[in-house]
Amino acid sequence: MAVDKLRCKECGASYALAALYVCEQCFGPLEAVYDHGEDPAAAKRRIQASSRQDLWRYADFLPLAGGPPGAGSRLAPRAGLPAGGTPLIRADRLAEALGLREVWVKNDAANPTHSFKDRVVAVAAARAQELGFAALACASTGNLGNAVAAAGAALGVPAYVFIPHDLEEQKVLATGVYGANVVSIRGNYDDVNRLCTEISAEHDDWAFVNINMRPYYSEGSKTVAFEIIEQLGWELPDRCIAPIASGSLFTKIHRGFGEWAELGLVEGGPPIMNGAQASGCAPVANAFASGADFCQPVKPSTIAKSLAIGNPADGPYALDYARATGGTIEAVDDDQIRAGIRLLAETTGVFTETAGGVTVAVLSELARRGEIDADERVVIVITGDGLKTLDVVRGTFDAIEIEPSYDAFVAATSTTAAA
Amino acid sequence: MAVTVRIPTQLRAATGGASEASVEGTTVAEVLDGLFAQFGELRDRIADERGSLRRFVNLYIAGEDIRFLDGVQTAVPDGAELTILPAVAGG
Repeated sequence: MAVDKLRCKECGASYALAALYVCEQCFGPLEAVYDHGEDPAAAKRRIQASSRQDLWRYADFLPLAGGPPGAGSRLAPRAGLPAGGTPLIRADRLAEALGLREVWVKNDAANPTHSFKDRVVAVAAARAQELGFAALACASTGNLGNAVAAAGAALGVPAYVFIPHDLEEQKVLATGVYGANVVSIRGNYDDVNRLCTEISAEHDDWAFVNINMRPYYSEGSKTVAFEIIEQLGWELPDRCIAPIASGSLFTKIHRGFGEWAELGLVEGGPPIMNGAQASGCAPVANAFASGADFCQPVKPSTIAKSLAIGNPADGPYALDYARATGGTIEAVDDDQIRAGIRLLAETTGVFTETAGGVTVAVLSELARRGEIDADERVVIVITGDGLKTLDVVRGTFDAIEIEPSYDAFVAATSTTAAA
Repeated sequence: MAVTVRIPTQLRAATGGASEASVEGTTVAEVLDGLFAQFGELRDRIADERGSLRRFVNLYIAGEDIRFLDGVQTAVPDGAELTILPAVAGG
């Protein structure tokens, strides 16, 4: 209804709402543009009146031509998996541990396939239905593959998932189980992405969610920001910390906050945006530190495989938005990542994968340096579930094994207590 | 010293629909100059006013990003393939 066209983020050239992702004039990325008419507040009233709990409550701000998918849609008859509607948890014990006043955890592990990728896939898959594509496909660091495979199963279309050969086994199993075609590539994610970009040009009946469907796909990430605003009682946070791989999630969270602020649906402007990377793959953090406005690619080497994108396409925009909001882009090492996973688990009960460990470690680092003001309301975005990267917490704690007798129990626990 | 340049679909309007071009050159910069000599419209699409590659253009020699090699000064062996691709976000 409100989505109007695609527009180049670099040169402003306009395009129809087709499966296009690159400007033919300057090679810049295309983005969906909306027209909310004379009364944008009507969209807010529709949200407040909506009984939907998934991301389609924000349909006015998502790029579908026929309304939310499902029985009521003119173009996309199958509803797919319900993505979004994840909890925002007030994390007082985490805040206390770091000497902060107010910290909230947006737990996007609580999506159907346990990562935020269900949001972007929901939008891309619905738009793919509208455009009549025969298959879903993606280049993935794991989480996206899980989401595409599950969406294909729910919608009844074949899924093709291309992954680097060294992915965590949990993520491979949680893709194949849905009946998807899994193609393991002997290379890193950037090699997979390059290959898929070539394949997508030749298979124009396949919807590569993060390639030819990218302008639709990426819009799904705005709903993280929309939910945060609603869950804070229609207020913006002061600071938001989110991980950066390609930079798409980070830039679209910023866009979501900005879009509602510009339309006057919420008071204020985008919060301070801090980006989180692993030091083993930190092209955007490196560029931030050196003052550059572009990212020199790197060869990834980190336990945070879901963030292991060495050639981040949205890196330039992530740099722009971090700088424009007074934020930073930080990098943390593997030990800090493991400590971040443990800190979040022990103070909130939320067990996150390595990308979440990166985000928590950046929160800790900013707190330690005194960069977060005492009165700030901080939101951290936890993008995936710890059960997907179990190997990295192995050996970070001890368990006791004893004979099945009460005496053995007393002996073991008294030793532990003494130690 | 002929090099094959692979043209992405988004640029084929500027090459009369051709998906490949055969160009002479011993470095990436020379190959690009040769390519622009054949297809003048391509220059503005992938290079900016100062002649630098636009920031969303990726070039690969035998599958390797030229930014890991010597950039546009990277040597191109005879018979090699230069692939032009747009930068794509995902994960």
